[in-house]
Amino acid sequence: MTASDLPALNIAELRDLLGRREVSPRAVLEALQSRIAEIDPQIDAYLSIDFDAALEEAARADVTLPLGGVPIAIKDIISVAGQPCTCASKILRNYRAPYDATVVRKLKAAGAIPFGKTNMDEFAMGSSTENSSVKPTRNPWDISRVSGGSSGGSAAAVAADAAFGALGTDTGGSIRQPASLSGVVGFKPSYGRVSRFGLVAFASSFDQAGPLTKTVSDAALLMNAMAGHDPLDSTCLNEAVPDYTANLGRDLRGIRLGLAQEYMIAGVDPKVRAAVDAAVAHFESLGAEIVAVSLPHTEYAVATYYILATAEASANLARFDGVRYGHRAENTRNLFEHYGRTREEGFGPEVKRRIILGTYVLSSGYYEAYYARAQKVRELVRQDFARAFEQVDALVSPTSPVPAFPLGERSVDPLQMYLADIFTIAANLAGICGISLPCGFAQTEDGAQLPIGLQLLGAALDEARILQIAHAYEQSTDWHKKRPPLVANVQRPTRKE
Amino acid sequence: MAETAHIDVAHVAKLARINLTKEETKLFQTQLERVLGYAEKLRALDLSHVESAAHAVPIFNVFREDEPRDGLSAEEALRNAPRQANGLFVVTKVVE
Repeated sequence: MTASDLPALNIAELRDLLGRREVSPRAVLEALQSRIAEIDPQIDAYLSIDFDAALEEAARADVTLPLGGVPIAIKDIISVAGQPCTCASKILRNYRAPYDATVVRKLKAAGAIPFGKTNMDEFAMGSSTENSSVKPTRNPWDISRVSGGSSGGSAAAVAADAAFGALGTDTGGSIRQPASLSGVVGFKPSYGRVSRFGLVAFASSFDQAGPLTKTVSDAALLMNAMAGHDPLDSTCLNEAVPDYTANLGRDLRGIRLGLAQEYMIAGVDPKVRAAVDAAVAHFESLGAEIVAVSLPHTEYAVATYYILATAEASANLARFDGVRYGHRAENTRNLFEHYGRTREEGFGPEVKRRIILGTYVLSSGYYEAYYARAQKVRELVRQDFARAFEQVDALVSPTSPVPAFPLGERSVDPLQMYLADIFTIAANLAGICGISLPCGFAQTEDGAQLPIGLQLLGAALDEARILQIAHAYEQSTDWHKKRPPLVANVQRPTRKE
Repeated sequence: MAETAHIDVAHVAKLARINLTKEETKLFQTQLERVLGYAEKLRALDLSHVESAAHAVPIFNVFREDEPRDGLSAEEALRNAPRQANGLFVVTKVVE
C-alpha cells in the first residue's frame, strides 16, 4: 500500500495498520493532507485545518488506544481547544474555542486527532450547507449539487475520502440527511446519550452529536468513544454504555422491522421509493420480519419542530450580543443600536428568520397558540414512537424524500426546504436514535449517480440494536463500497525526473 | 384563528434585537406568514388531555457535587473579546 492509498481506508482498516505499526500517525496525516489539498478545492468541505497542531498530536499518539492515531474531522459547531469554532457564521468569524467539547475530549482520550473543522449551514440551520456564510459545500457525487445539511461538510469530506470519519450534529436530521445525500453512514444517538457540553447550542432539547463514517462499524467505533455520562451536561444520561461493536455480525432472525403507513406519502422520488422497497425486501431475505405500524401524528411533526426548535434557538442565540466574544458593530451610539446592528451584520438570513419566528412563538399573546400547543404535540409524537417500538425493533424509511438537489434550487423557499425534513425530524422530537446508510443510487438525466439513504430509527438508548441491523444490511450489500467519480477521476500530478 | 396569523416582522425583529432592511422585513413577512400558515394544522388536534413535553427524555433534578474545579483564566476568557482594557470587557455606553 502506498501513501496515496491511505485516505481510501475506513477507520477500522486504518486502525489495523496503525496498531500493527505498519504506518505511522504522521504518515497517515500527511497522506490525508495531500488528499485534502487535491479534493477540497472541488467540494469545499473544510472551513479550517490545523495540520501543525495535528502533527504534534500525531507525534505523541498512542497507537494502542482504540482510535490511536486516527484523524477525525469536526463540524465547526463543536469546540476544539485553540481551533476556530465559527458555526460558519460571520458573528463568530474570529472566535477560537477556549476549551474542548466533552465529545472531543473523549475522542482525544481514545487516541483520535481532531485536525480540521467542517463546513455547515450557519448555526446548523439548514438542509443543504448553502446557509454557510463562507461557501456552500458541493456533493462529491455531482459537484453541481448540495451535499445536504447542516453537517454537509462532514458528509462530503467522508464521501470524498478527505476524512476517515467526522463528527456532526443532528437537531432535525442534520447528520442523517447529509449522510444520505452524500452516500455515507450518519448516526444520530438518542437524546442524552452523548454530552452536549462544548457544542454551540442551537435547540438544546434536540441537539445531539454523532459520527459520519464510511461504514456502520466505524460509527460503532466512534460511538464507543463518544457516548456516556457527563456531569457538565445535566441532560446527558447516567446510563451504562455498551460496546457498540459487540452485536455487529449477529444475524437478523427474530428482528422485527416496522413500516409506517404515514410514511407512504406523495412527494417521495420514485427512485428513492424503489430503493427503499428493495432494501425492505432484502431485510426480509436476511430473516427480518416486516410489520406494518402506525405513527399517526407524523403529519404534525414538521410544524411542531419548527415552532419548538426556533423558540429554543431564539433564546440560545440571544448570547450573541457582541460583548464578550464574536462580532461587534462599529460606532454604535447606544445599546439598542449596538445589539441591533451587531446581530444584523453577524447573522445570515436563515438565522435571522428563525430567531424572529422563535421570538414570535414565545411572545406574549402567541405563546399558548404556538409554543405551548407544540409542546403537547411533541408528546403525541413521542407516544407514537413508544407504541411502535412495543411492536418492532426498528422503523425503516427513506432518510430524505429526494436525492441531492442542485445548488440554489431550494434555497429560495424556506417552507419547501423544511418540508423535506419529514422523515428525520420526528426522531428529534421523540429523542430516539437513528441511522442513515447507503441503499442505492438514482441516475440523473446527465448521467450522475446520486446516493440514496435508508433510515433506521430505534427506541431511545437502543443504539446497539440499530447498529446491528444496519451492519447486517450493509455487509450483505455493496452500496458502501461505491466511491464518487470525483475520487476515481482525480489526476495525480505525474512525476518528472 | 385570525389572531394567530398576524406576525408583524418589524415589531418582532425589534424584540429580537435584530435590525432588518426594508427588503428583508418584507421578504421575511411573506415567508414567515407561509410557515405560520402551515403551522395552523396543529390547531386541528384536540390537546386538552395531553401533557406537554419540554424534553424528549424526562429527567429531573440533576445535581452534581459542588466541588471547585479549574475554569478559564481571565486572560483566556478575554481572548475572544471584541474590545478589552485592563483585564475587562469594554462595552458600549449604557447610561447617558
